[in-house]
Amino acid sequence: MGKEIDSQVDPRFGRAQYIVILDQSGTVLEAVDNSQNLNAMRGAGIQAAKILADRKVDVLMTGHCGPNAFTTLKAAGIKVVIEQTGTVKEAFDRLNRNEVAFTDKPNAEGHW
Amino acid sequence: MIISVASGKGGTGKTTIATSLATVLGSSAQLLDCDVEEPNCHILMKPVLQTCESITVPVPIVEMDKCTLCGKCGEVCRFSSIVVIGNQVLTFPEMCHGCGGCSLLCPEKAITEGCRELGVIETGLAGPVEFVHGRLRIGEAMSPPLIRAVKEKINPHKLAILDAPPGASCPVIHTVMGSDFIILVTEPTPFGLHDLKIAVEAISHLAIPLGVILNRSDVGDREVHKFCVLKGIPLLAEIPHDRQIAEGYARGNLLVVSAPQYIREFLEIFKKITELINGSKSNLKEALS
Repeated sequence: MGKEIDSQVDPRFGRAQYIVILDQSGTVLEAVDNSQNLNAMRGAGIQAAKILADRKVDVLMTGHCGPNAFTTLKAAGIKVVIEQTGTVKEAFDRLNRNEVAFTDKPNAEGHW
Repeated sequence: MIISVASGKGGTGKTTIATSLATVLGSSAQLLDCDVEEPNCHILMKPVLQTCESITVPVPIVEMDKCTLCGKCGEVCRFSSIVVIGNQVLTFPEMCHGCGGCSLLCPEKAITEGCRELGVIETGLAGPVEFVHGRLRIGEAMSPPLIRAVKEKINPHKLAILDAPPGASCPVIHTVMGSDFIILVTEPTPFGLHDLKIAVEAISHLAIPLGVILNRSDVGDREVHKFCVLKGIPLLAEIPHDRQIAEGYARGNLLVVSAPQYIREFLEIFKKITELINGSKSNLKEALS
């Protein structure tokens, strides 16, 4: 929901305000402004996934991920962790401690 | 001549009006049910259907051996139906509006057009009335292209009556565009008025003459009357909340069949519409001269 490491994780992937990208040490490399997709009529998840693919991101941690976003992320070879809540840092720490599993399917319906 | 029957609010009696109007006009009429998501004119008209035709929209098919992953297809697509990811091109055919932009812009000519079925169009005869309706494929989200296909069946030698979907969004606008007149059917309730206002606002941009038919006119309040006077919208007819009509409707009978005393009323509605169309044409001529 914000640009910082202490910002809350938006439950929505495609329509999150910002996508915070961290390196392996947990340093914020970039907070991508996703407002264009936030207001998109359709295809927000696909475009947000493309943002990650273009930046060669390895893992996505989010709340919910829809079917089209998931297909796109999978094509880009990006692993997906769903059902994340709390702050960006808390989610990152869970990943570092191997407390999370990568999902093999989306956990939200498509939107029309 | 093309007359559309729209409403704003659902369940006000669009289909009741459209089917009875077509029926009293008989062999000079053609009824086209443009509510392709939930067509229901056939329940009252009981047509004998003669043709069934599948309608499709073009969707992209990518030949990967020709593709250079330049990404132009994804940049032009407003609906994210095609996107280049790594060394793949993903397509989401269910989101495609069929504009053809991606295949047009592909420098390698790597995109050909496949098709997605939108639904079917069926035509036939309901007594002397020519009948057309579209049925959207279950699971399909985009109705305007199918509505346009239904409208391509408009017979220019007939009085075409178009039964529109409820609301005031794209499917309604696609139905009423190009009409000579729009009948807005509403009821004299706060809900009827609220949605009528939205419909009038949306439709007024099309500069098509319109009139209101007030259904169940003896329930509710007088606010729709006041609105029509304020906006200068002619009130074409008032149909009371009549048990005879309701009972007939519940059995799937046309209003003018279950309550034949209304045949004259419907002919009168048609006469008023003709006068209003001619009036607006002569007004236009005066304005231009």
